[in-house]
Amino acid sequence: MKAGLSLVAGESVVPGVGRRPGARRWLPPALVLIAAVGLWQLVTVVFGTSPTILPGPALVVVSTWADRADLAPALATTTVEAVAGLALAVAVAVPLAISIDWSRTARAGVYPLVVASQTVPVIALAPLVVIWFGFGEGPKIGLVALFSFFPIVVGAVQGLASADRDAVDLLRTMRASRWQLLWRVRWPSALPQCFTGLKISVTYAYTSAIVAEYVGATQGLGVYMNAASQAAPRRTDLVFGATGATALATVALFLLVGLAERLAMPWRPPSRS
Amino acid sequence: MSTGTGTALEVVGLAKSFTSDQGTVQAVRRVDMSARPGELVTLIGPSGCGKSTVFNVVAGLEQPSAGEVRIGGSVVADRLGASAYMPQRDALLPWRRVIDNVTLPLVLAGSSPAAARRQVEPLLRRFGLGDFARAWPWQLSGGMRHRAAFLRTVAAEPGLALLDEPFGALDGITRADLQQWLSAVRAELGTTVGLVTHDVAEAVFLSDVVVVLTARPAEVAAVLEVDLPRPREAEDRERASFGDLERRLRHLLREASWASVGPGAAERPPD
Repeated sequence: MKAGLSLVAGESVVPGVGRRPGARRWLPPALVLIAAVGLWQLVTVVFGTSPTILPGPALVVVSTWADRADLAPALATTTVEAVAGLALAVAVAVPLAISIDWSRTARAGVYPLVVASQTVPVIALAPLVVIWFGFGEGPKIGLVALFSFFPIVVGAVQGLASADRDAVDLLRTMRASRWQLLWRVRWPSALPQCFTGLKISVTYAYTSAIVAEYVGATQGLGVYMNAASQAAPRRTDLVFGATGATALATVALFLLVGLAERLAMPWRPPSRS
Repeated sequence: MSTGTGTALEVVGLAKSFTSDQGTVQAVRRVDMSARPGELVTLIGPSGCGKSTVFNVVAGLEQPSAGEVRIGGSVVADRLGASAYMPQRDALLPWRRVIDNVTLPLVLAGSSPAAARRQVEPLLRRFGLGDFARAWPWQLSGGMRHRAAFLRTVAAEPGLALLDEPFGALDGITRADLQQWLSAVRAELGTTVGLVTHDVAEAVFLSDVVVVLTARPAEVAAVLEVDLPRPREAEDRERASFGDLERRLRHLLREASWASVGPGAAERPPD
C-alpha cells in the first residue's frame, strides 16, 4: 500500500530524494533493511526460536536456495499468471476507458458498474472460478485481471479527460477527426496516468495470483507456500523464502513497468519527480 | 497567401451569448470588422470583454447567436479549418518534436509526415528555428515556443490566421522581440492576420487597423487606422507618430471602458 500511495504522487518514492544520484537514493532504505534483517537474526539466535515458528534470515536464504529446483518453477508459473493477468487487464481497461471517455452513455452506464465491481470481494470469487473453470492457469489470469484492471481504467479515464483544452480546440480548428483527436492528443495525455494505474496494479498482481492459487491449483507460489506450511515438520523457512521471492519479483516487475513508461514517453524531460 | 482584392475576413453584426444553468450571459453584443488580404487587423478591449469569443466564432469553435462571418468572401457554415488559429498559450504538443508540431496541420490534412517535414523545414530555417527542429517542446524557451506555435499556424498557408493574445504570457523583452519577428515573417509570407491583444503598444506596432471594443458585452467603440509605414523597426517605437497613435488608442480604450459603465454595468459579471 505504501508503494501504491507514493507512486500516485510521482516517480520518487521519498519526496525530495528523486533527483539525487543512485547511491544516495538507495542507501538509506538498504541500511534500514540490513539493520532489520540483522535484528531478526539476532532475535532468533538470542531467544533460540524454533525454526518452525520463526527461522532466522540466514536459514531462510540457505534452505530456499537449496530448494530452488522446486521454487523456480512455482515462481515461473505465478509470474506467467501475474504478467498475463496484467496484460489482460490493460487490454480490457484501455478500450473501456476510451469508450467511457468517448460516449456519455458509456460513462453513465458503465463507469458506475466499473466502480461497483470493486466492491465484489474478488477473493470470494476464487472458489467459484475454480468450480467453473478448474485448476488451470487461465482462471488465475482472469482473477489477476479482475483485481488489477480498476486502477488502470480510473487512471486512463482521468488521463483522457485531462487533455489540454487548448490543444483539443486547436486540433478542432485543423478539422481533426475524433480518432485524430484521440490518437494525437487525448491518448498521449492519458499515458502518464495510465502508467500510474498500472504501477498500482503491479503491486497487486502477484498477491492476487497467489491468493487464487491457495484456493485451488496444481502449480505456483500459492501451492508451494501451502505445501511448505503443511509439511511435517513445517517448512516455515520456505514460506519466508517464497514470500521474499514474491517481493523481489514484484519489485522487478515494477521496475520493468517504470522502464516501459520511460520508453513509451521519450518526450518527457529527464529526472522528473 | 490570399492575393487580389475583396476581403479576407468580414464579420457583420456578430453577437454571442452563452446559456448555462446560471442563466444567459451576453459576451458579444455587436461586432463588425473586416480585413483585406495581407492586412493585420487587431481587436483590442478591456480584459474579459469578449475579444476571444469573437475569434472562437470566426475560427468555428463556436456558433454566433446572430450575425455573419465571411472568410475569403463567402459564408461558410462549418468554419473549422477555414482559418488557422493560435491559442493564447502556445498549445504545443509535448509528445511531438518542434518540427512535428509545426507539421501538425499538414499531417492532419493527410500529408505524409516526411513530406510535411520537407515542406516546413525551409520555414523553420528561415525564421530562426532550424537548430531546434528536432528538439522537444520542453527544451525551448517561452519565446521559441511561441515562434514554433506561429509557424505551425502558418504552415498550411492559411488565407487567414487568428492569433489570440499570442504573446500575452511572455516577458516584455521577449514580447517586443517576437513582435518584431512576427512583423518580419508576415511581411515575407503576406498572411492575413486577425490579432487579439490588450497591449496598446503591440496593437500599434503590428496593426494596419485596430478595432476598439467596449467592456462586456463587446461592441465596436472605435476603429483606428494605423498609417505608419512598413517595414516597422524597433526604433520606430520612439517616433512621435508612434507615440501619438498610442496616446489616441489609449484614449479610445478609456472612452470604450467608460461607455460601458452605463445602465448595464451592474449586470456585468466580474472578470
